[in-house]
Amino acid sequence: MAPSTSSTVTLDINGEKHTLSVDHRTTLLDALRERLDLTGTKKGCDQGQCGACTVLVDGRRTVSCLQLAVASQEREITTVEGVAEGERLHPVQQAFLDLDGFQCGYCTPGQICSAIAVIEEHAAGWPSAVTEDVRPEAGPPPLTPEEIRERMSGNLCRCGAYVQIVQAVARAAAETRTGTEGAAA
Amino acid sequence: MTTATTGAATPTGAVGTAHTRVEGRDKVTGAARYAGEIPFAGLAHGWLVLSTVARGRVLSVGTGPVLGMPGVLTVLHHGNAPRLTTDYVGMLGVPPDPTAAVFQNDRVPHAGWPVALVVAETPEQAREAAEALVVTYEQEPHDIAFSGTRPDTYPADGHMPALTEKGDVEAELAASAHVVDEEYTTPEEHHGMMEPHAASARWDGGRLEVVDSNQGTTWVADEIVRMFSLDASAVRVRSEHVGGGFGSKGLRAHQVSAVMAATVLQRPVRVVLTRRQMFSLTGYRSPTTQRIRLGADPGGRLRALDHRSLNQTSTVWEFVEPGAGVARIMYDADAHRTENRVVRLDVPSPTWMRAPGEAPGSFAVEAALDELAEKCGIDPIELRLRNEPERGPVSGLPFAGRNLAACFREGARRFGWADRDPRPGVRREGRWLLGTGTAAASFPAGALPSTAAVTAEPDGTFTVRIAAADIGTGARTALTLVAADALRVPTERVRVRIGDSDFGPAGIAGGSMGTRSWAWAVTAAAGELRERLVPGGTVPPEGITVRSDTTAALGALTQRERHSYGAQFAEAAVDVTTGEVRVRRMLGIFAAGRIVNPLTARSQLVGGMTWGISMALHEEAVRDGASGGLYGGDLAGYHVASHADVPAIEADWVDDPDPDDPVGIKGIGEVGIVGAAAAVANAVWHATGVRHRSLPIRPDRVLRAGEPRV
Repeated sequence: MAPSTSSTVTLDINGEKHTLSVDHRTTLLDALRERLDLTGTKKGCDQGQCGACTVLVDGRRTVSCLQLAVASQEREITTVEGVAEGERLHPVQQAFLDLDGFQCGYCTPGQICSAIAVIEEHAAGWPSAVTEDVRPEAGPPPLTPEEIRERMSGNLCRCGAYVQIVQAVARAAAETRTGTEGAAA
Repeated sequence: MTTATTGAATPTGAVGTAHTRVEGRDKVTGAARYAGEIPFAGLAHGWLVLSTVARGRVLSVGTGPVLGMPGVLTVLHHGNAPRLTTDYVGMLGVPPDPTAAVFQNDRVPHAGWPVALVVAETPEQAREAAEALVVTYEQEPHDIAFSGTRPDTYPADGHMPALTEKGDVEAELAASAHVVDEEYTTPEEHHGMMEPHAASARWDGGRLEVVDSNQGTTWVADEIVRMFSLDASAVRVRSEHVGGGFGSKGLRAHQVSAVMAATVLQRPVRVVLTRRQMFSLTGYRSPTTQRIRLGADPGGRLRALDHRSLNQTSTVWEFVEPGAGVARIMYDADAHRTENRVVRLDVPSPTWMRAPGEAPGSFAVEAALDELAEKCGIDPIELRLRNEPERGPVSGLPFAGRNLAACFREGARRFGWADRDPRPGVRREGRWLLGTGTAAASFPAGALPSTAAVTAEPDGTFTVRIAAADIGTGARTALTLVAADALRVPTERVRVRIGDSDFGPAGIAGGSMGTRSWAWAVTAAAGELRERLVPGGTVPPEGITVRSDTTAALGALTQRERHSYGAQFAEAAVDVTTGEVRVRRMLGIFAAGRIVNPLTARSQLVGGMTWGISMALHEEAVRDGASGGLYGGDLAGYHVASHADVPAIEADWVDDPDPDDPVGIKGIGEVGIVGAAAAVANAVWHATGVRHRSLPIRPDRVLRAGEPRV
């Protein structure tokens, strides 16, 4: 008997469980786009070079073109379709919209997912290659445009919307901070 | 039936007011569907197979074993594919690139040439079968060596005459007080839009429907009609959201092979190009070598200007990258000579890429002018102002608005140019040498004939239908503002539908002509509709529709030199011990007609300037002499500017409405890149005292420039 080339998997996407049979060669990206009709996640290169397919896997940014669907079980997967709260856009989405942080829009879902994680990574104190003081006790560095650019550099935008994307990430990060402090107080 | 209520008197003033993109919410939530994302029942998937040799013939295509693989439906190749018509001239005045007319013979003219399409039930099956397909070749020696010293170059017209000539260049050069005589080179560059080319084709009730990603649905539909010898009414092409184009998204191998497979199999077929396939199938900007000779009197006035530009093209299609066209508009001289030449090599066909001609040509001309300014001891801006022509240097026609001087004045003020020390290599900040540079920009302001339909709906809203393409330009939003003003209603009552060839002929999103061409047609139809609606009158259930066609109006335009202009400024930091170049800030001031939507217009101009940084410092496709293909033809091997490469960039404009356009539009899609790379290169010279005449200014070039000349 020929070995089986497909498996039944259950994927947890945007808080919803999907059970489907997938070809073992199917990437998480293709499972989303071709099987689950979640086409918000984009395929720009299929080689992990452009960042357009960025999703959040257990809260961490992941290029979904380099992850197989069969290896994506028992993970919480969040795509661009899952970051808004109902009709209310995520602060990052709203900032991209208001500040024109995109042109053609094809890199946008990846940029947005990446930006959401960047804000969280920064708040958690993760340094980047341009962080001057990387000692744990130094805490998060100021989220300067230079820090945002460095942390977002895995997401290419050929239209050249970087200037507005950096502004949008900065605004959303500031709103997130304010929101957190407001909730704590 | 409801009451017609267009405003009778007061314009809403939507044009000129910042407006977020009408499809913006769909794009930030992932709801916007691009070409490869529209569901089709019973869809099959095609995967192209490309040649592994750079020149020769296909001897055999091993379809047998592949047809037995799981899910495989067919393998199309030159032995069994439908025959195509290719001896026609398309809407843009050129014959089709044979790269798109797939599988018509056994010739292989370049590496990465399409030789087969494997169609299967799933993308995974199609891909595996395509990779398993054995194709054998009779290989011939190939020649891909591009250089300015080749003997087999020839003058070529393309979209403009190959040669313009007046006066005696040699005599004027000999009599000049200052002479610049240098060669400038630019590399092979690729569009690299984020969305790969994708098309789904199906026959439905005797009509062919193609869902595609392109820069003009009626353009692509027309090409398919001609190539497949179909009735014009039998083809519908839709293209709702387009993930970037930049000149590359016309008729390509993916639509043609998808239509072939859908026809043969009689079921829907989708073909999506892989990122690597894009590097040989979808065009690119040819490398150029350009020789420029400038001669000036002691005051910097040009006595001689000689610009010769050479580009490569394929053996199957002639494309001219007209670098020498820039000086025909920008600078006059007593003796003035410009010439575009090409050479045929065993390489893929190049094509239009954002500011074709102007982008590489302006690098050479604007860098040469900076060298001349240095030799004359004149400020680079002053040198340009002293050489502002009264009329078109070649055409002799008057300019329809030439606000270049205003751009330089405003730009110089905002950039702080007056405080600049002209001496190179004297500013240091830690490991960085600092410098600033400037350059001029121009791009033709044109329009293509277009038709539009505007309908007054019974519910008091209005629907605009036009086969426009929004490839990221914001055209959909701009047309909403234009229509609202023409109808004198709020933008909320206007719905603009685009990207469907069934809406009738319209110009393409290209040549910076899209929004101007479409806005003209929309204004005409909306204006007439407004006049036809009686205040307080009623609208029947089917609505009231007015159509327009701008062909006659465009034909009646008087001949003028019509262009957008700009002044580019850059500050560069250079570390001569690592060779690293960083652009610290850029400013561009443009005279580019009336700005319809300041929010998206600024984005587009900044995007063009970002391309300028990328062109100056990063982009370079390197061809391998042994294989004839590219080293690293993908987004890891071909570096486009990323977040970390791009500083704060500012773009702004001076008041510059076009008096002959109903809305005052000129066009902004391309002028942003023009001159931008020269401004960066001139800033690098100002920082270091070293001229870089070959792009990109790579670290190794900076390092080698620091070595003593032997």
